[in-house]
Amino acid sequence: AVVSTQSTGGVLSIGSVMLGAGCVTAVELDSDAIEDLQDNISDFEIDNIEVIQGDVTSSILRQDFKFDTVITNPPFGTKNNEGADMQFLEAALSAITPQGAVYSFHKTSTRDFILNKLESRGLCVEVVAEMKFKIPHMYKQHRKKEVLVDVDFIRTSSKSSARGS
Amino acid sequence: MKLLTHNMMKSHCKGVVNGFPLKLSSTQVDVKEIEFNPDFINRMLSRLEWPVLVQIANQLGVGEGLPEMLPEEQKFEDEDVLKKIHHVLLEVEVVEGELECPETGRKFPISRGIPDMRLNEDE
Repeated sequence: AVVSTQSTGGVLSIGSVMLGAGCVTAVELDSDAIEDLQDNISDFEIDNIEVIQGDVTSSILRQDFKFDTVITNPPFGTKNNEGADMQFLEAALSAITPQGAVYSFHKTSTRDFILNKLESRGLCVEVVAEMKFKIPHMYKQHRKKEVLVDVDFIRTSSKSSARGS
Repeated sequence: MKLLTHNMMKSHCKGVVNGFPLKLSSTQVDVKEIEFNPDFINRMLSRLEWPVLVQIANQLGVGEGLPEMLPEEQKFEDEDVLKKIHHVLLEVEVVEGELECPETGRKFPISRGIPDMRLNEDE
């Protein structure tokens, strides 16, 4: 059972199904993003992605229902909202089974902070991939049209479920 | 919305003590063949609120043959039973309908298979 939050176009959800997830639950707030997701689901003829429109941080799921995998592409946080991605990661960690794992995206510039914070809690963290995200001009103070941001794709799990290296 | 999904969802209206389960009314229900994976079904059993699943399945008229209770080990060997559970969890889809908060009565529409759980700021 996989839940994918802030799914954008469903890339992560669809990838999960293709890799053998029994069922993927995609929680998405934005109607346009949901339309893209539905288009992709029908284009790829995917069967077992469920979509819920809503805010994943507002407890629309039973606390005691646990997932094997949570994938989250959180907002990285703006000037006034730093650390938003950690909040999503925390919420995701409380939603997995003891053997489960969370996959999340964070700015590479925050890697040391995040790794230290999680490892000091006895969690197993791994940077699975490094990538670049194109972030379009969104706010008045952004002077460039778009920027490339270095992003880590990290996997977090409890020590007992750590993969062999 | 599959019945597996209904089983994991609850109301998040302000002040609600127990928002599970959401009441369901449906105007369009489809059945879609989904690949059967017995291991997946067995692994899901312990995570479900089983009586709620049985109740909703019966409400939709698809509950025939579902065991009343789960065995202690929360697993089935019998593939026929697992196929029945698979059908109810994954193959029955509420395409159009409504979920309702059991405490406030607030309705959440289901449209094109997707429940809309968004609340206004004051809710």
